[in-house]
Amino acid sequence: MCTWLSQQVEAQGAARGVSDWMKVTAINVMYDHPVSAPYDHALLLDFVDPAQGVGARVGIELSATSARELVRAIEAALASTEAVNDLEQQAHI
Amino acid sequence: MKDALLAEFVGFPGHNSDVIEGYLARPVTDAPVPGMVLLHHAPGLDPWCKEVVRRFATEGYACVAPHLYHRRGPGHWADVAAAGRAAGLAESMPNQQVMGDIAGAAAYLRAQPGSNGKVGVIGFCSGGRQAFLAACDVPELDAAVDCWGGSILPQPPVDGRPASNGVIGRAPDMAMPLLGLFGNDDSNPDVAQVDEIDRVLTELGKDHTFFRYDGAGHAFFVTDKPVYRLEQALEGWQRVFQFLDRTLKGAD
Repeated sequence: MCTWLSQQVEAQGAARGVSDWMKVTAINVMYDHPVSAPYDHALLLDFVDPAQGVGARVGIELSATSARELVRAIEAALASTEAVNDLEQQAHI
Repeated sequence: MKDALLAEFVGFPGHNSDVIEGYLARPVTDAPVPGMVLLHHAPGLDPWCKEVVRRFATEGYACVAPHLYHRRGPGHWADVAAAGRAAGLAESMPNQQVMGDIAGAAAYLRAQPGSNGKVGVIGFCSGGRQAFLAACDVPELDAAVDCWGGSILPQPPVDGRPASNGVIGRAPDMAMPLLGLFGNDDSNPDVAQVDEIDRVLTELGKDHTFFRYDGAGHAFFVTDKPVYRLEQALEGWQRVFQFLDRTLKGAD
């Protein structure tokens, strides 16, 4: 299945990336003081692989509004007709 | 020359003799200078904290900020801090470990050739609470500054976070002058909590001075975040250096 359905949400925040693909084995989520995004508090998302050390991390800091928009877009992507059909066929995912 | 300083990363033995990293800035001068241990806030040893370390050097203090998340590394400070924050405060910065790191930083500063023998501590946010505790548990220090340290008093459980006993129970052993700066719009510590900390220290006869600022919340010194409050921060810094000049430099 190829949905070709992409949503772009406007966002305010900051990100810290890695140079190439990395395995992600956990996501740390917290609402707290950000390091780089210019807010007193932000939604902090760290996609990590702790077994590979602390540098195996994609860190995202989003304003609360951007984080809610992201949640909405994720939910919308998963609720698209093709996604729902696909998920029904792959109930194990 | 007031603004001449040297800044670098250094290593020194902390708790359990673990060698930990710190960011050091010291004034270029022949005169003996006091030392300051700076405790970073929860995001870690970030650019603002390093800027404050250099600020201390321009004011005539050799200042070192131990990287309190150091043991989660090696790695970029932001990744190391992120790993520490994900593990939670109790695991990444247990009180006993932090007190050992502070004692190590104080010994390091005192061992420098230009030291006048006096060392203080200042901490922000979680570091404020740690500075309060250091005033009780690290007698090698001569003065302590708590900037809006939260959770000094016992805290109830919230969501998934367990209850904490705070550190106020250690106050009977406070052995040095304490300066506290607080924003009246802060929620941890809020006005009633600062009142209570003040009451306990007063009852115990502890040398403490609190300055409390209207129109300011948590972290109002932090220049790269919206919470920065220019007027209150300028006045607060003046109070900090008046206090430290008196307690560590012997100024009137």
